[in-house]
Amino acid sequence: MKRNPPGVRGVPTISRDEVAHLARLARLAVTEQELDKFAGQLDIILQSVAQVTEVAAEDVPPTSHAVPLTNVFRDDVVRPGLTQQQALSGAPAAEDGRFRVPRILGEEQ
Amino acid sequence: MSELTRMTAAELAAKIQAKEVSAVEVTQAHLDRIADVDPAVHAFLHVSTDSALAQARAVDEDVAAGNQPASPLAGVPLALKDVVTMQGAPTTVGSRMLEGWEPPYDATITTRMLEAGIVILGKTNMDEFAMGSSTENSAYGPTHNPWDLDRIPGGSGGGSSAALASFEAALAIGTDTGGSIRQPGAVTGTVGVKPTYGGVSRYGLVAFSSSLDQAGPCARTVMDAALLHEVIGGHDPLDATSINEPVPPVVQAVREGAIGDLRGVKIGVVKEFSGEGYDPGVMVSFNEAVEQLRVLGAEIVEISCPHFKYALSAYYLIAPSECSSNLARFDAMRYGIRVGDNGERSAEEVMSLTREAGFGAEVKRRIMIGTYALSSGYYDAYYGSAQKVRTLIKRDFDAAYEKVDVLVSPTTPTTAFPIGERADNPMAMYLADLCTIPASMAGHPAMSVPSKLSGIDGLPVGLQIMAPALQETRMYRVAAAYEVARNESDGGPLISRVPELEVAR
Repeated sequence: MKRNPPGVRGVPTISRDEVAHLARLARLAVTEQELDKFAGQLDIILQSVAQVTEVAAEDVPPTSHAVPLTNVFRDDVVRPGLTQQQALSGAPAAEDGRFRVPRILGEEQ
Repeated sequence: MSELTRMTAAELAAKIQAKEVSAVEVTQAHLDRIADVDPAVHAFLHVSTDSALAQARAVDEDVAAGNQPASPLAGVPLALKDVVTMQGAPTTVGSRMLEGWEPPYDATITTRMLEAGIVILGKTNMDEFAMGSSTENSAYGPTHNPWDLDRIPGGSGGGSSAALASFEAALAIGTDTGGSIRQPGAVTGTVGVKPTYGGVSRYGLVAFSSSLDQAGPCARTVMDAALLHEVIGGHDPLDATSINEPVPPVVQAVREGAIGDLRGVKIGVVKEFSGEGYDPGVMVSFNEAVEQLRVLGAEIVEISCPHFKYALSAYYLIAPSECSSNLARFDAMRYGIRVGDNGERSAEEVMSLTREAGFGAEVKRRIMIGTYALSSGYYDAYYGSAQKVRTLIKRDFDAAYEKVDVLVSPTTPTTAFPIGERADNPMAMYLADLCTIPASMAGHPAMSVPSKLSGIDGLPVGLQIMAPALQETRMYRVAAAYEVARNESDGGPLISRVPELEVAR
């Protein structure tokens, strides 16, 4: 589904429900008060930045990177990495030399 | 205040080599200065007293042994933005998410600076994850502008700019995604340089927007910035976007520029960066700077870049899109804080609670904007269009550089605004990056040098000089020539006018 960004000023671009959906997608457990605040702010920002569509004609190619990039390879040789201790040094929880994480599967899985 | 803290980096390094002063004395003078004024300025999040003194001692031992200096900056103290990793100190990126996190490795630029004998004093405050233009978005409280403690020092690198302007460090490192080196430089009367994208390694920098992020040198003089640029620049196999070419000879360019002859140089004034929204005090300072460049012999041409006015909008789609992807790594599993892990909740619930608690409002806003712009159905209209605008901006630059050697503009439309003024108005805050974003979008080098104080509020104004990719020498030459002329006509460097700060003890 392709949707056009709303061009009419004053018509909300994004609803409170949509912001709640985005927060879920982004794994942000936002509060009700934050939703109220963000919905208004995100709407203003999106209405403003939507002006990019004014000049983005079909025949203009996109630029994803400032400088042209090609694949960069290195020789396939072993080089030093982090030790196990170093890798775990910043972990919020570790156990038996591994990252300890909360349960992955939900009740219904 | 010790005179040592007022000197340039080049002067300090020369005195250390001449044994007129030891590197330890220089470092101690700066540590004392931090103790005196940082309670009011709050430029630093962490001061590495022991390791800094140890690094200084190593330089002194080198000097005593008669060894060649490791670099022209050996023994000079530097303030490192907290987005760059350094072992033995926390890297927080101004975020609760990484509170207390000690990286297990050094960034490439950290390694290069330490090998060059530069003394790293500590880590500087910044807008959380480098998202902001005022340093108010730091989870650890705002930094204050040494010119007026009630005003912002710019952002995201406000800690680095304030450290320089309060004489807490002779050099600093910044990172610039949309202006985070240049705008803080402008509002604190210091020099900030964003090199060509890929000119300085990003290895060991906490990523915000990978196609735009670029580390660079900050200093109080153009020469000091050039000396630091040559230390940190150059190819790094650990960064796949690093340019495999020699570092442009920027120190030589500064020497040439300082002669004060710009005959044969064509300078374009960007027509679109004036008018509504620009402080009259900024425009007077800018126009005087352009006149000074003309007196130095440069040919001044007005240049129209019609798509620059879309750059801000495109940036605030591209940068949030990349940030929403980059910041997905903060999942409460491998590093950073973890919230709500009570043995009952799932990993996903813990992740959501942690990100809610660990990220501040601006980071959340940008993650959600990015998530929206990248989502199915909106991608073409938002992210796709923004990428097309990026092409149009590059074309504007290409056309401009067929006619001129460098482009100039004010660095930012206003002087330092009061702390709190734009905190609840994201769009007003974003406007601070209006003039700096186009060069970021094109990957071009650009820098800010102090012009004259605003006649209206007496605060610093920055002159932005932009150049084509890898043509840093052009902008450094122009900057150096301008700096000499400016200082002559203004009775000395702008930074000498910064008010004396009250000392804490």
